[in-house]
Formats: sequence, structure tokens, C-alpha cells
Amino acid sequence: MTGLALLLVYAGLFAAAALVVKLIRRRTGQRKDFTSLKTVTFGDESAIRPDRAASVISILVVFVLWGAFTGSRLVPFHVPGPFIGETGFAYQARGADGRPTSGRVRVFAGIDAPADAAGDAVVASVPRGRDRLIPLPGGAQASAIDGTAIAPGGRVRVDHGTVSMTAKGTLGFAADEGLQMEPIWLPSPEAVAGRFVEIARTGYQNFSLWEHLGASLMRVLAGFALGSLVGIPLGYAMGLSGWFRGWFDPIVEFMRPVPPLALIPLVIIWFGIWETGKIVLLFLAALWVMTIAARAGVSGVNITKVHAAYSLGTSKWQLLRHVILPNSLPEIFTGARVAMGVCWGTVVAAELVAAQKGAGMMIIAASKFQLTDIVLMGIILIGIIGYAIDVLMRLAERKLVPWKGRG
Amino acid sequence: MSGLTLTNISMRFDLANGAHVQALQDVSLDLRPGQLMSVLGPSGCGKSTLLNIVAGFLAPTAGRVALNGHAVTGPDAERGVVFQQGALFEWMNVRDNVSFGPRMAGQREAQFGPRVDHLIEVVGLQDFREKATYELSGGMQQRVALARCLANDPDVILMDEPLGALDALTREKMQAMILDLWKETGKTIILITHSVEEALLLGERLIVMAPRPGRIYKEYHLPFADQGVGQDLRQIKKRPDFAARREEILSMIWNMEEEIMGRQGDAA
Ligand SMILES: Nc1ncnc2c1ncn2[C@@H]1O[C@H](COP(=O)(O)OP(=O)(O)O)[C@@H](O)[C@H]1O
Ligand SMILES: [Mg+2]
Repeated sequence: MTGLALLLVYAGLFAAAALVVKLIRRRTGQRKDFTSLKTVTFGDESAIRPDRAASVISILVVFVLWGAFTGSRLVPFHVPGPFIGETGFAYQARGADGRPTSGRVRVFAGIDAPADAAGDAVVASVPRGRDRLIPLPGGAQASAIDGTAIAPGGRVRVDHGTVSMTAKGTLGFAADEGLQMEPIWLPSPEAVAGRFVEIARTGYQNFSLWEHLGASLMRVLAGFALGSLVGIPLGYAMGLSGWFRGWFDPIVEFMRPVPPLALIPLVIIWFGIWETGKIVLLFLAALWVMTIAARAGVSGVNITKVHAAYSLGTSKWQLLRHVILPNSLPEIFTGARVAMGVCWGTVVAAELVAAQKGAGMMIIAASKFQLTDIVLMGIILIGIIGYAIDVLMRLAERKLVPWKGRG
Repeated sequence: MSGLTLTNISMRFDLANGAHVQALQDVSLDLRPGQLMSVLGPSGCGKSTLLNIVAGFLAPTAGRVALNGHAVTGPDAERGVVFQQGALFEWMNVRDNVSFGPRMAGQREAQFGPRVDHLIEVVGLQDFREKATYELSGGMQQRVALARCLANDPDVILMDEPLGALDALTREKMQAMILDLWKETGKTIILITHSVEEALLLGERLIVMAPRPGRIYKEYHLPFADQGVGQDLRQIKKRPDFAARREEILSMIWNMEEEIMGRQGDAA
């Protein structure tokens, strides 16, 4: 129910935002070129540029929807929440002695009944999100609710809720649920932010937040460094020597499609579940990517450049150092970006299996206690760090191999 | 024995499907020091193959190449090569590209610096010394390639369609530059081109090659290159003797191409 409503609202916002932005642009009279008119570029995907306004609105929409469906204080409007407050209904019943009686039930949903609530009426407290049985005085069995007849197994809508009758004839009350999510499924943005502040201050499960994240990062860096240390020379050797290439090709080509996660069981058996096992796993995750990148970097060298270098008097060693090595750097950087991404994903998964600290350990531990806010916080941090790694790698690439793709 | 000598060069490529291509058959040639020879021929007649053999990138299946009396057995700094494109090192700036040869030979900045800077000026790139090569236009890139080759002071310069990727105007300017550099440095040059005009303007000697098997079909000794040094090349192009030669060679190559097409038509 909530899911469907969410999907519809999301689709509506998508279309509405597109329309509004288009109208605003038409008003402000932005210059139209052929690309925007799609007269000559339709079908040319390379002419499609991401619309930055759409990106910004997209992120906003996620937060607004998140807030609206969780009753966040940060968002001024919400989908209807569960009913909280006082309501009630009238009943007609037949007492144990067969005499008809009638009366009122006062229901306090999600709040405590005041001490002086009793009186003529039956008082019932219904905790938020639950339903409660309401026995009538003197063991009477209800026959009608707010004037509507009710039988065992039946139900009647009343103000702010539903009255139902069990097979044995006892009344029950469930307050309206509304469309909002309960925090156990989806905590509000401020709850997640609050958790972040709290855990950043006091830590979680014996380690500070920075120790958790740092542990994951250190594992990634160690695994990536080791993988590069072995993979790059191996890739060079494979690119330069037919024997190396022939010898290692079957191994590399076999290991490449094996997802690192599939190696976890074997790595655990061989190296244990703790630090060594994780570093070995990440080493393997980075190794094949870096090997293949280095191999491609070497074999991708334009033969014209090699000929030119030899004609300028280079020795084999100089050719390697001054032509093949720099020529392969763009490929190696691309490989490094892929490898870092794979390693980051793998380390989190490995920590889910077993770890004393780490980003993955944080969220799996929190999920065992149904601390959904910590789980969400962890996922968001993992996403941000993964993205930051990629951005940093791209910056480094632009700085260190500016000639990439321009030879 | 000075100069470049090719004796009965043959080159046969064995193809993967068991067939083979006779790219060159019995090519013999003597080039005296300081000569500029241009090479023309329909595409696929073995021009690049011939150049690659002289450069030492390919070993001929038969025959022998010698420079100043010693056999050519591989690429060497004594034979510089200028390619059509893609031979610059884009991870180095212009100056590092030009000084590449001397640096690899272990020279120090003090030794090669003035000469390298002079060459960069000669090709008109003094304002682009520190620029990355991929920021330059095609014509500028070829000037870098030329300067890089000259910085090594080779005995022979081999050029495989060095101006083939340039626009007509840039091409004309570069032709004049090559001509002037040739006279100034006195290098032995082999210049492959598919432009008949270029071959006539630059080559004091011109060979036309024919395909299947690749061989020297006709040879000319021409006056235009000598007269063209320091001159406006367009004036030379207008002369009737130039035009006559051009038409003669054009129709020769035209007929060869026709024959190739006809033969392919028969086979089909
Ligand atoms: N490495 C090679 N393997 C097989 N055939 C080749 C190879 N290089 C050149 N050829 C063939 O040799 C002939 C001459 O080629 P090439 O010297 O490149 O001609 P040109 O430079 O005159 O256009 C062509 O038929 C070409 O297909
Ligand atoms: Mg060619």
C-alpha cells in the first residue's frame, strides 16, 4: 500500500519537475541550439548531457519523500500518519444474562489514558501500530457498533480505526495506520542524522566511527597496494613476453570472472576470518584487475611509437622506461579505479561475514538489533566513501595522466 | 662505399590463410649522400614495406641494405624516421619530444640544449616549447616530429607520407620547410608520398613503383627541387615542364590503379 503510493508520488514528481523546469527555462529564454532542438542530434546518444537541474531535484525529491513518509520534522508536509489521540465508538450488546445493554468505548490510541478517564465508558489504550482486545463489562457480547450490526469474525469502520470481533465474540480495535513508515522499517532523516552524531561522538560496539571506517579503508588500501604490487609487474611481463603471457593467460582469464565474494569461503578456510583473510581477499580482488590493466596498457602501445623510439636510438630498457611505461599509465589508472571500486564493495561484504570493526560490521551488528537507523547511516556512509574514492581517483588521473585518450 | 645501397631486396608476407603477398621483388637502389628521393606508387605497391626495411623494422626475405658500407640489421639512430602521425610521445612536452634522441644517447642538457632550441625555432615552434603535443594542430605535430628526427642528426631521414594527414595549405608550407631543411642540412632523404605534385617538387630523384609484385617501375631525375629551395613553390607548379611531368606520372599511376581494379574485377 505504502509502496504503491510512494511509486505513484515519485513518478508524479518526476514528471512535474520536468514540466516546471521546462516552463521556467522557456520563461527565462535560454538559448536553444540544435542539440536542444533535437533536429540534427536525435539518436546521437553522445549529444545527451545530464541535466544538472534534474540531478539536484532528484536528490531533493529523495529526501523530501523520505521525510514525508517518515513524519520528519524537516519536511513541512507528510503523508497521513497512524492515528494518535482519543477516539471512541458506541456499542449495543447482550449481557451474559441475555439483557440488552449499551454504552461507549473511549479509545486512547498511541497515548496514555488519563487517570480520570474512567466513568460510564469503557476505557481502552491501544499502543501505536498494534491492535487491542476490548472486553465489555459483565462479559457482554456486542451486537452492533455505532449502529452497525456486528457478528463474530466481522468488522466495522469507526472514527479513526476499525472495530473487529473475534470468533469468540470479543471486540478489538485497530487505529488507522496511515501511510507513514514505522521507524523500525524506515527511520526519519533526522533520526539517522542523530545516530550519526551520536556514533561519531561515542562510537559503536567498542570502536569509534572513525576506527570502523578507517579499518575498512585500510584493508582496501592494503589489498589494493598488494594487488597492484604483484599485478602490475605481472601484467607487464605478460605484455612483453610470450612465455609469461601463455603461462598466466589461462589463470588470469579463469580468475577474472570469479566474483571475489565467491572466494570468501575458501579464503576463510585457508586464512581465517580475521585480518589476514580479508587482506588476502582484497589482494585477489585487485590482483586480476590490475594484471589485466597493465597487460592491456603494454599491448596497447602504438607500434609506430615503438618504431619511432627505436629509430631515435633507444635501447630495449629505455623503450620500456620511456615509452611503454608512460604509455600504459592511462590503462593502469582505469584499472586502479575499477579495482578500488571492487575492493570497497568486497571489503564491506567480507565484514558482513565476520569482523570486529569495519563499515560492514557496523551495519550487520545493528541489523541484528533492528537498529535500522544505524543500518541506514552505515549504508549512506559506505556510499559516500565509495563515491569519494572514485572522485579522488578521477582527480588523480586528470592530474597525473592528462594525455589519457589524446594520443 | 658511402650512401645507402639496396641490393635485390625482396619481401614476401605469409598470410594466415596460407596465401602470400609478394610485397617487393628484386628492388635495387643506390642513394648517394645528400640525395632526396621521393617515392610514388599506387597504394599497396610496397612503399611502406620498402621504407620499413630500410629503417630496420622489417628484415627482407632476400637481399641486403647497407648504409655507408655496413649492413642494416635493425633500427638505429643513424636512420631517422618521420611517420604520418601518432609517433609523438604525448606524455612529454614539445621540447622533451625533440630532445628525446640526445637524452637517450646520454647527452646532458648543456650538450643538446642549444641545438634542440635552435631546431624548435627552425620549425617555428619556439612559443610552444612547453606545450603538450596533443594540444598542437596536425601540422605543428609534424613539425615536432621533424625537429625530433633532426635533433638526432641522422645520416638518412625516412619519411612515410609525413604530410598525408594535413590540409592543403599546411601541406604546402611544410613542403617548403622540408625543402629548405634538406638543403640546409644536406641529409639523405627518402620521402614516400601519394601526391604527385609533392613528389615532383621535393624529389631531385623520383621513383614510381608498381604493384604485384612491388618493384621500381620508372625513375626520374628532376630539376624542380633544386630550383625550389627558398622559392615560392607555386611558381614552379605553374611551369609547363612541371605540368607535363605531372600529367605523365599521373596517367601512369592511373593506369596501374585501373589495372589493379580490373584484375580484382576478373577475380570476383
Ligand atoms: N605485415 C604484413 N602482413 C601481411 N601483408 C602485408 C603486411 N604489410 C604489408 N602487407 C602487404 O604488402 C603490400 C604492400 O604494403 P605497403 O608496403 O603497406 O604498401 P603501400 O605503403 O605502398 O601502400 C600490400 O599488399 C599489403 O597488404
Ligand atoms: Mg603506406
